[in-house]
Amino acid sequence: MNVLNEWAFIGVFFLLAPLLPALPIVLGGVFAPHKPNAIKTDTYECGVETVGNTWVQFKVQYYLYGLIFLVFDVEMVFLFPWALAYKQLDFFAFGAGLLFIFLLTDALFYAWGKNALAWD
Amino acid sequence: MDCINQLAQCLSAGGMDSGLAEFISIFLGVTLTATFPLLVTILLIWVERKFAARIQDRIGPNRVGPFGLLQPLADVVKLLGKENITPQGADKPIYNFAPPLMVASVLLIWAVVPFSPYHIGSDLEIGALYTIAVASIGTLAVMMAGWASNNKYALLGAFRVVAQLISYEVPLAMAILVPVMLAGSMSMQDIVTAQYGMWFMFSAPVAAFLFFISSQAETGRAPFDLLEAESELVAGFNIEYSGMKFAMFFAGEFMHVFTNGVLMAVFFSGGWLGPFAEQAPILGAIYLLGKASVWYMLSLWLRNSVPRLRIDQMMNFNWKFLVPMSILNLVVTAFLLQVIKQAGLGPADAGNFLQNIPQTLILLLGNGFVAYVMLSWARSKGRAARAADEAKKMNAATAASVAVGD
Amino acid sequence: MVIGGLTPEAIAFGFFTILTLGGALGVVLNKNLVRGSVWLIVSLFGVAGLFVLLSAPFLAAVQVLVYIGAIGILFTFAVMLTRSMTNLRQRFTSQWWSSLIVVVLLFVVLMAGVVVPVWGNARPEDASTVVATTVDLGVALVDGNQFVLPFEVASLLLTAAMIGAIVIARQHEEE
Repeated sequence: MNVLNEWAFIGVFFLLAPLLPALPIVLGGVFAPHKPNAIKTDTYECGVETVGNTWVQFKVQYYLYGLIFLVFDVEMVFLFPWALAYKQLDFFAFGAGLLFIFLLTDALFYAWGKNALAWD
Repeated sequence: MDCINQLAQCLSAGGMDSGLAEFISIFLGVTLTATFPLLVTILLIWVERKFAARIQDRIGPNRVGPFGLLQPLADVVKLLGKENITPQGADKPIYNFAPPLMVASVLLIWAVVPFSPYHIGSDLEIGALYTIAVASIGTLAVMMAGWASNNKYALLGAFRVVAQLISYEVPLAMAILVPVMLAGSMSMQDIVTAQYGMWFMFSAPVAAFLFFISSQAETGRAPFDLLEAESELVAGFNIEYSGMKFAMFFAGEFMHVFTNGVLMAVFFSGGWLGPFAEQAPILGAIYLLGKASVWYMLSLWLRNSVPRLRIDQMMNFNWKFLVPMSILNLVVTAFLLQVIKQAGLGPADAGNFLQNIPQTLILLLGNGFVAYVMLSWARSKGRAARAADEAKKMNAATAASVAVGD
Repeated sequence: MVIGGLTPEAIAFGFFTILTLGGALGVVLNKNLVRGSVWLIVSLFGVAGLFVLLSAPFLAAVQVLVYIGAIGILFTFAVMLTRSMTNLRQRFTSQWWSSLIVVVLLFVVLMAGVVVPVWGNARPEDASTVVATTVDLGVALVDGNQFVLPFEVASLLLTAAMIGAIVIARQHEEE
């Protein structure tokens, strides 16, 4: 098998993976009763009427977590090739990787110090 | 000709267009690899219920079939008859697409799982990175489900869960960097064969611990089960789902736990490696699933015996303990590997157990150092927090007595 | 294998191109911002497929991990921070023509850059003959003669981005 064939496998897998779980859902749609009424399809909220719009403004904390995660995600993306090639590298490469990690750890401690990691 | 392992050649030998034959063999391969975990999941539901029951001093399912083995099938039949209620005001396309996407994100991992030396869906050059990448799609499914339900509990639950999932992805990926570094490859098959001499579990126990804990959190199970915080969010992001769609979220979760066991087996305990695995590939698959089951049982045990964490505790545990630990672990391992290489202590033949011992011992020492530093630091932090707590109580008590004295 | 005069690679290329461009159109034309970000993810997924066809599997995995797994989530979080995320009242604002000019200009410049050899070799070697692997990338990133400086600068940039985000978010909170 050549390389693109390996990826053809992945491609077919991507197409099929959502279809397999969709099958029982469709089957359920065939066998299950379907009798909606206003109360049944009402938004669930412990028995009281829901007030206002659901899609409201959220607090900034979630966004901050997202951003910090993004920074670390990108860091990992850079570290993966480094780790992959590590067996062929020397102490200079270790130093380069260390500096890279150190700069980001810095950012983590900054976030920590600024209480950006606290959940309140 | 061996028509099972070389279907494509076999079909084209029978006069079929070679491209079409290739396509058919790929399609069959995908169907097999993707159906297998789904079928296993049905059995897992039984294992899980039986296991939980035993821990809680109950018997568990025992009516349908021998030992209650047919219980999951009965459940499936029941679920097929349940009505799918779509709440009003839901964003229908996104609402309907979220459950299959959730299952798909776990299923996709199985495309690169090596079952034996010769049986792997697709041995990608970037296998290890692929597993993290597709697993991160699951986060998206949670977000879509929570948002599309048009329910405040669902949205709030989804946001919390997403914050949890993305946070724990950091130590997870950092932990995978260590086996990648030790094996010098991201291909799943290479990572397995690199453990021929020594399982990475022994040369990188801290990474194994980090991976196990954060993969536990990725499934959203106790003690990290904010997904199902019944008392706070009445079930979280999947609250407006019913019938088969709801079942799919759970199937995805069950499958994810076992898939994590499989990944633990591949990355840290030698995958299909074992006696005679090369000669009889079926043994390799049995070894892999056996090792995965051990890790799976461990996570079930954890789930059933540890109480739920609060969300702030969980976030603190991740960002202020696991992430620093994973960074320290990575740096120490990288440093020691370089020292081993310069000192010539590495194994000349990576497949030789005895030659691996010096390297493993040095790495073990490093891991011990990381664990010691992190634990003693956590302990001093804990002591300080307790002292502050005590002081606060004392102050309150003095203030109260002063108030009484007035 | 040839289907209707097309190789499988060509079919896959067409499919991913449609995903990329269709997704992008979905982003622009949707009145609902969350749906727009879902379309954005579809578009980014198409780009990941194109990376695979270009024999750059590492970039494809990165595309899924960073853009779909992180940026997609971040976009949804960001959308949730805005006030009217669903039901924007109009599809086009009155400045639509100015953005159109910018977009067309950018398109022309980029196309010129691809077609005319302005930046380097316009016709690089055939992708299938290049045997650069992810290991080569790792070596190049920390090689003193190659990309070690950009590697460290990337780290610095990420740190700066994070600090900036925290400062702005905290300010927002204090108001």
